Amino acid sequence: MRKLHRAALLFVAATVSLTACAAGSGSTTEQSGPAAAPGRDDKFSLTVWSNYSGREQDEVTKALESFKKQYPNAEIKHEGSQDDDKITAGIRSGNPPDVALSFTTDNIGQFCSSGSFQELKPYIERDDVDLGQIPDAVRSYTEYKGNRCAMPMLSDVYGLYYNKDMLAEAGITTPPKTTAELLDFAKRTTKKAPDGTIEVAGFLPTMMFYANRPPIWAPNFGAKWTGSDGKSALATPEWAGMLEFQKQLVDFYGYENLERFRAGLGQEYSNDHAFHQKKIAMMMDGEYRTAFLKDQAPDVEFGTAPFPTSTPELYGIGFTTGTIMGIPKGAKNPGAAWELVKHLSFDTETIVTLANGIKNIPSTKAALADPRLEVDENFKTFIDLATSGKLQGNPVTPIGDAHIKAIGDFATSWQAGKVPDLMAGLKEVDQQIDDQIAKSGK
Amino acid sequence: MTATLERVDVVRTTPAKGWSRSRARHRLTVLAFMAPAILGFALFFGYPLIATIGFSFTKYDLINPPEWVGLENYAYMFSDKLFRTAVYNTLWFVVVLTIARVVFALGVASVIARLKTGVGLVRTLCYLPSLAPPVAATLVFFLVMRPNEGPLDAFLGWFGIESPLWFADPVWAKPGIAAVMLWVSGDLMIIVLAAILDVPQEQYEAAELDGAGPVRRWWHVTLPTISPVLMFGVVNSIILALQLFTQAVVAGSAASGSADVTGSTKVLGFPENSTLTFPVWLYTQGFRYFDMGYAAAMATVLFVISFAATAVLVQRMRKATHQEEGGSGA
Repeated sequence: MRKLHRAALLFVAATVSLTACAAGSGSTTEQSGPAAAPGRDDKFSLTVWSNYSGREQDEVTKALESFKKQYPNAEIKHEGSQDDDKITAGIRSGNPPDVALSFTTDNIGQFCSSGSFQELKPYIERDDVDLGQIPDAVRSYTEYKGNRCAMPMLSDVYGLYYNKDMLAEAGITTPPKTTAELLDFAKRTTKKAPDGTIEVAGFLPTMMFYANRPPIWAPNFGAKWTGSDGKSALATPEWAGMLEFQKQLVDFYGYENLERFRAGLGQEYSNDHAFHQKKIAMMMDGEYRTAFLKDQAPDVEFGTAPFPTSTPELYGIGFTTGTIMGIPKGAKNPGAAWELVKHLSFDTETIVTLANGIKNIPSTKAALADPRLEVDENFKTFIDLATSGKLQGNPVTPIGDAHIKAIGDFATSWQAGKVPDLMAGLKEVDQQIDDQIAKSGK
Repeated sequence: MTATLERVDVVRTTPAKGWSRSRARHRLTVLAFMAPAILGFALFFGYPLIATIGFSFTKYDLINPPEWVGLENYAYMFSDKLFRTAVYNTLWFVVVLTIARVVFALGVASVIARLKTGVGLVRTLCYLPSLAPPVAATLVFFLVMRPNEGPLDAFLGWFGIESPLWFADPVWAKPGIAAVMLWVSGDLMIIVLAAILDVPQEQYEAAELDGAGPVRRWWHVTLPTISPVLMFGVVNSIILALQLFTQAVVAGSAASGSADVTGSTKVLGFPENSTLTFPVWLYTQGFRYFDMGYAAAMATVLFVISFAATAVLVQRMRKATHQEEGGSGA
């Protein structure tokens, strides 16, 4: 028995000490205040991690190289295909890049609240940077609770894509402006085979498919994520209205029928995309789709417009997200890293060239208005949305995308007809999100 | 295939001084040879295991030092709705996959063992899929079983059968993944085949002399003899099912239409969380929600369950082996 006690004690001691060792491995001491900027002729190197690959990685590398106009002796090493997991692992191992680019804004809450990305306020104040240059919605998704730990590098804006030929065939001359019109146009452009199976869907309402995601739809229904107390507030008429609109279309197609049609559609970022294949007449998507369509489906005659809204006064609203840049904890050269982040955030020529290269929306007002920006009729829709001041960003939380999964799961159950009481169900989702945030303690 | 250990009676006598020194040297030599294995075990198994158990009692976001929260993470499992879903999904795979893999491996191996010609070719063909990377294997099945577009849909259509939606249907997604797992279970088949071929021929001849037909010979000779190997197959399949991750993530992502989204939010558990296995939920909590304390608690629970299941099965296997030895000796 004494042996057993001794073994148990030893186990507990080992557990505590090993936990402490493992946890401590990622922590490094940060200096207080902003690190000094390098001299113009200083020789230094910076490592940048991003999740870009292929052609887009080359374009971003070119943008990074433009930093040499300011610092001719800088050497920049750009490593692509690095996702947020790898950035976190790099920080923990004490070997992070100098600048990290993240594709998703889902993790900004965690990056800022945990200190994964260093606070940029001291640099911004020291260099007297005018954050007013950045549109409000873009600013909102690059900070958390007043802690600005990231800067934007281009943004994405979402709107309506429609197949002009399909709408014309149904006798429709203008894109829908309200969701009631969208519902009507979707029914009129849908084609069914004699056996009832869907051949062309006017508008695919399936949630969590392609860009049909709650955060992307929510602004167009006036739905907000939180109430005045800062807690999750999805049990509102706006969220319910959004889901009821969706269910109306699902019922029109028939859930089984719709699922069979959807299951045969191609992947979001492949040539096989349903809009490319003329299997859907209208859809919600980001501005980047214009480049995909031009490249992969040049025969599709399409137009773009702001996405329809539940009430006419909301029209012109939309969702925005984008790539974010931060200086990870433990970065070896934070002073120079900040100079690079600042360059990519505010150098108009660099932003415009990159935006033209990868067909994203510039993330400063100056770049949005720059005449060098290549804007065709379809891309203009998104530029107009970006300058409207009506965009809404991703909700920022310390729990990654847990809140999006919670409402996404609920919406998929709802569309399958498995939710008997919509408002009660939404209250449960609120509880689920609040519990997860409370558990994070942030 | 059974191994017995003969009991060696050691007569203890007072050792001479020189003999004792040589024994100590012998022990040190053994220890020196075993040191790499012991070190590896301690470093790559013992340390992570103990650290994980330690983290399970903390709030830990991967960046800042963990804070002690006692049993909070374990208590949260009871209110976490998706924890229950993940447990159910994994148990489904444990039951279905274990039975299916062992029966499939036994069936295929039994057929191959009776083949007169082309044994090498059939054996190779059955084993080859197990070498396919899990992502590739899952994507192949996804494309073959894709509704409206895949060859399986067309094949079933010839017979007037409407194909299920497979990975896009919450009812059929798990059987779809189980089909992938069966296709790649050639490694177990090879082990079972080796065991079947290892059954002494005299036993078959004796049974035949007693008038036993092929079925009775298989039932009374083959099956009992290879039972330890089948038990290994059961344990191996349980552990495989408890750790099912890649196939579930790939199948769910592909079916959701977001297979090649890089960096953007991937849909895990699609459709309707039917492919949200325990390891997938554990990963989500740890690396997507940054709740490594809770993920560690889940990992600890998974370890305890795996350990308990393995221990029970090994004990039963030993008992069965002893009974068999006792029986044959009588």
